[in-house]
Formats: sequence, C-alpha cells, structure tokens
Amino acid sequence: MASTAATVPGLVDPHVSHHHTSTGLDNRKIAIWAFIGSECMLFACLISTYLIYKGRSLVGPYPHEAWTNPQTGVSYPAILDIPITSASTFVLLMSSLAMVLAHNAVVEKRMPRQGTLQRMIGSSKLWLGLTAFLGLIFLGFQAYEFTAFVHEGLTIRTNLFGSSFFTLTGFHGAHVTVGVLWLGTLLAIDMKRGLGPDDALNVDLAALYWHFVDVVWIVIFPLVYLIT
Amino acid sequence: MDSKTHQPLAPGTDAPAHDEHAHADHPTWQKYVVIGVILTIITVIEVSAYYIPAWETSRIYVPSMLTLSAAKFIIVVMFYMHLKYDHKLFRALFTGPLIIAIVTIIALLFLFGQIAIRLGLLT
Repeated sequence: MASTAATVPGLVDPHVSHHHTSTGLDNRKIAIWAFIGSECMLFACLISTYLIYKGRSLVGPYPHEAWTNPQTGVSYPAILDIPITSASTFVLLMSSLAMVLAHNAVVEKRMPRQGTLQRMIGSSKLWLGLTAFLGLIFLGFQAYEFTAFVHEGLTIRTNLFGSSFFTLTGFHGAHVTVGVLWLGTLLAIDMKRGLGPDDALNVDLAALYWHFVDVVWIVIFPLVYLIT
Repeated sequence: MDSKTHQPLAPGTDAPAHDEHAHADHPTWQKYVVIGVILTIITVIEVSAYYIPAWETSRIYVPSMLTLSAAKFIIVVMFYMHLKYDHKLFRALFTGPLIIAIVTIIALLFLFGQIAIRLGLLT
C-alpha cells in the first residue's frame, strides 16, 4: 500500500522499503526472475516446434523459396521480408536501450542535471514514452507482416510453416503488447506524480520483462528469418 | 540507515529503495549507449551475412549466426538486465531454466532428425 511518505522525495516508507525476507532479497524481484526463467522454457518449446517443422510443409508458400501451386498455377515468392523484419529488430533493440535509460533516469532522479543533454538523459518520461512508442512500432511492423502474409496466401492453417510461424511470433507479439501496456501504466504514474528512486524496483521489474522480450526476439530473428 | 553499519547491497535486496549505493556498480548511461551501438553493429553483420552469397552458402553461416545471436543475448542479459551485477540467486533463477530450455531444443532437434538432416547424415 502506498503511503504519503513514499510519494515525498527524501522520505522512506518503512512498509515499502524495510520489509525483510528470508533470502534478504525482494520477493518481487525473485518472482520476476522465476517468471522469466519459466518463459525461457515456454519459448524453447515454441522455437523447437518451429525448427522441427521447418522444411516439412507439403504446400507453400514457403519462407525462403518461391512456390507455384500445381493446381492453380499461381506463383508465390519467398514470403519472408528480411528488410522489414531487420528494421523491426533494430526498433526493438533501440527500445531496450531506451528502457535501460528510463531505469537509469528513475534511479538517478535526484542527481542535479545541467544542460539539455543531461536533462534529456534524466527524463524518465522521455525514455519510458520512447520505449512504449518503439514497442508500438514493432507491433505495427508485425501487424503489417501478418496482414501481408495473409494477403499472399499464408495463414495459420495453410501449412506447417504457417502454423508454427504464426504461433511463435504471435506469442512474442502478445508479450510485447503486455510490455507496452505495463510501460503505459508506468508512464501514467510518472505523468501523475513523478517516478523517483523509491520506485526504482517497480521500473526495474518492467525493464527486466521488456529486456527479456527483446532477448527472445534476438533468438527468433536469426533462427526464423536469417537461417534458410 | 545507520551509516556506521551500512554495507553495500546488491540491487533487489532489502536496502531502502532509494539507496543509490545499490546502483553504484551499474554502468553509466554512456556505457549503455555504447552497448546499444555494439548490438546494432552485430545486427548489421547478421543481416549483411544473409545478403552475401559466399557467406550465406558456406558451412560457417549457421554457426556464425548462432554465435552472433548468442553474443547479443549475453550482452543484453549481462548489462541491460544487470545480471552481471545482481545477486547470484537471480543468476541461478535465469541460467537454470535457460540451460533446461537449450538442452530441450537440442534434444528435440536430435529426436526429430533435424540436426542429422542439416549435417547430411539423413535425407
């Protein structure tokens, strides 16, 4: 429960800051790492499924090779769009940089800052907003990609590639969506009362989740898009 | 906190949330930007490799892609997720399931013959 003391810089809420645990570690941080560990195994299963089914589709469209439907004579090009996905990968990487700068800004909120650059670096609103915005751009790229695939004849029911691809990248996209919502709530709190060092752990938890979403994409991008 | 009894604590411990000593070992924002540049360079190398036929068709292509991806993964986890500076319990909570996940992927790929097919042992 938040108290007045927690919202006033310089005062420490004894209920928030001094709860002791048997490990000496904050339970919320242990929980987020345990959650991230379990998410590793979830994505390992999804990635395994994709790799096992890779190259075993009986009909196209295929990810890296062109295909002509023998019944209709319609030709389909290789369906993956590497330039677009490379751009979205860069966007997600930069969102991780913005997130770590947001966390840094919250932790060092009380540090005096002079000059435009220093004030920018110290603005948690700027970095939280930028992280959420870049997350939304990534989701926009994914929505464009999924729509283009459906228009080109690849749905989740078309073949093994479509099923495993949409499941894997769709799960990742859902995680990005949750991350954007989480960042949105933090940004709203920052706008309302300002985030300070007392909130560092709350921002750290969101940052850990966001970076995890990024590292999952770091694995998915070469395995799905670049390795033929 | 009594300054005479103060001991530096790892982030995520029961130190007061505003205790900046807990953040003292973390990189500066300049270092975070440098890490971002390194991650971008690695990504550019990955994508470039895809468009270089001599590299893309060579035997080192897949190992090099996996190595570059692993490098990016480790950099983000160690520096952006602060695992390099955090308590060893957090490291255990992450690396334990990660090892299980990696072993699961490799075991399933062996089981379904994907690795054997890529190595040319099966058709």
